[in-house]
Amino acid sequence: MDAVVQLDDVTVIYGRNQALKNVSATFAKGAVGLLGPNGAGKSTMLKSLLGFVKPDRGRMTVLGLDVAQSPLEIRARIGYMPENDAHIPGMNAVSFVAYCGQLAGLPAVDAMQRAHEVLYYVGLGEARYRNVDTYSTGMKQRIKLAQALVHDPDLLFLDEPTNGMDPKGRDEMLDLVRDLGHNKGVSLILSSHLLPDVEYTCDHVVVMDKGQVATFGPIEELKGPSGRVYELRIKGDLRGFLDVLAKAGMDTHATDEDVMRVFVPAGAGDHGAIFKLAADFGVQVRHLRPSVPTLEDVFAKAIGEE
Amino acid sequence: MSPIHDQSYRHYGGGRAIPGRSWTVIAWAGIKTMIRKRAFLGLLIFGLAPFLVRAVQMWISSNYPQAAILNPTPETFRQFLEQQDFFVFTITVYVGAGLIANDRRANALQIYLSKPLMRSEYILGKLAVLFTFLALVTFLPAMLLLALKVLFDGNFTFLKSNLFLIPAITVGSLLQVVLASFTMLALSSLSKSSRYVGILYVGITFFTTAIYGALYAITGSSRVSWISIGANLAQVVDVIFRLKPRYATPWQVSLLVIVGLVVLSISVLERRVRGVEVVT
Repeated sequence: MDAVVQLDDVTVIYGRNQALKNVSATFAKGAVGLLGPNGAGKSTMLKSLLGFVKPDRGRMTVLGLDVAQSPLEIRARIGYMPENDAHIPGMNAVSFVAYCGQLAGLPAVDAMQRAHEVLYYVGLGEARYRNVDTYSTGMKQRIKLAQALVHDPDLLFLDEPTNGMDPKGRDEMLDLVRDLGHNKGVSLILSSHLLPDVEYTCDHVVVMDKGQVATFGPIEELKGPSGRVYELRIKGDLRGFLDVLAKAGMDTHATDEDVMRVFVPAGAGDHGAIFKLAADFGVQVRHLRPSVPTLEDVFAKAIGEE
Repeated sequence: MSPIHDQSYRHYGGGRAIPGRSWTVIAWAGIKTMIRKRAFLGLLIFGLAPFLVRAVQMWISSNYPQAAILNPTPETFRQFLEQQDFFVFTITVYVGAGLIANDRRANALQIYLSKPLMRSEYILGKLAVLFTFLALVTFLPAMLLLALKVLFDGNFTFLKSNLFLIPAITVGSLLQVVLASFTMLALSSLSKSSRYVGILYVGITFFTTAIYGALYAITGSSRVSWISIGANLAQVVDVIFRLKPRYATPWQVSLLVIVGLVVLSISVLERRVRGVEVVT
């Protein structure tokens, strides 16, 4: 596996709080999702990789370069889209993006030309002469992506890129991210707590929880073979039946509706085993069907969520 | 069928500057932003009015012997720099207050510092903006006055007998500019509100002078002039221009206070200019 980012036993401590605890992880080339609930350490990891935060222990490499030794060389080759609202005040969009290009080392003329190109690419072509201060939240997200792209980075760090966007804008942003990762040859790390965003745009995932890596790998591999997960709805003593399932070695977790997902480990049988357990316990099975495992299942398993 | 013009993302194949020059980009952008403001241009032009008055004075003294009373002396150049104190103060507040505060308000620091530039480059770029405008109303006109004196006299007599004026003007105006730039930039890094920074700078400047004034009124001695930022600067620049220091405080003490303020400002900037604000 070609690794673009590697963390080796990295620990970051803020006061008494360990934001990253002995994290070792590898981010493959392509689109990698960095998943985790709020406070899991995703942003801290990105900020450490950018050199904003100095780890208390451990070693990090980005694009084969040591973060501690070559921060400028690394930053010349990466683009960073921060999580919160960020722009240079008093500039219109094209000046802002061109300015960012110049800061990244592009000559003024090239930076201006690239600024126009990437603003069209992110969908701000018509609004490129407007002052960034007047932009809506969705437009500000797009311009953050534009400034991260203007110098044609090899690797993009996208921190919650769909934050505050309306559904249409969110879909468009995800399409852009997917296009960059899959068609334009730009490796990217997408930090998000939104599972569908990561599942749609990324091939690999690193799941973080409480400052540690819970699991990582290709999403398809982590999801495992289909047919091992079932959607189940029952009528009867739900709590009792959950205990029965757990005793039989099957994990369950709730979904948005009253349907639960049941993980049936290899060797624990198939749907017949669920029927048998239900019959023995005296509950009615109202709905049972094989389910394609989703990233949500992977995530729930990884962080031990009910 | 492929489109005749693809407006999607394309890779860049051009050249890139080596890291280390981004401060010039920051400085130039800051200068351009300021000179686009008419009010600021007006202030800058107004700041050159004393230069015009002094230039006319020199022309008259060079061309009309009966106006010998107007003949410039080395002290004239010291007085000129002192006159410019008002414009140094005004421009410092106008330009400097928002230099970092506005970036902090818009979270621009993480944009800047995610690019291949060091924190010192960012600070240098911001300093250069203020430095340029302050030098435009101090060092540049003072040197031009010296050149005009030579030009109007048609000889180098004045310059030869007062050659120390070249380093004196350079060091004197440099002290003015450096002190104002560093202290204002440090204050600007402390807040997200340029208005608050401006008020803080004005407050500190006037407060230290007022305290000194009160102590002088009570003790009748100017030994405590080191309390006033402006008095320290005046004291040291007097010495640079070979004039009798106006306060009883040793000039070395005043210089120490100025150096201390600059060092303190650098320390504040080092702590405040970061890509991420860590609250523990």
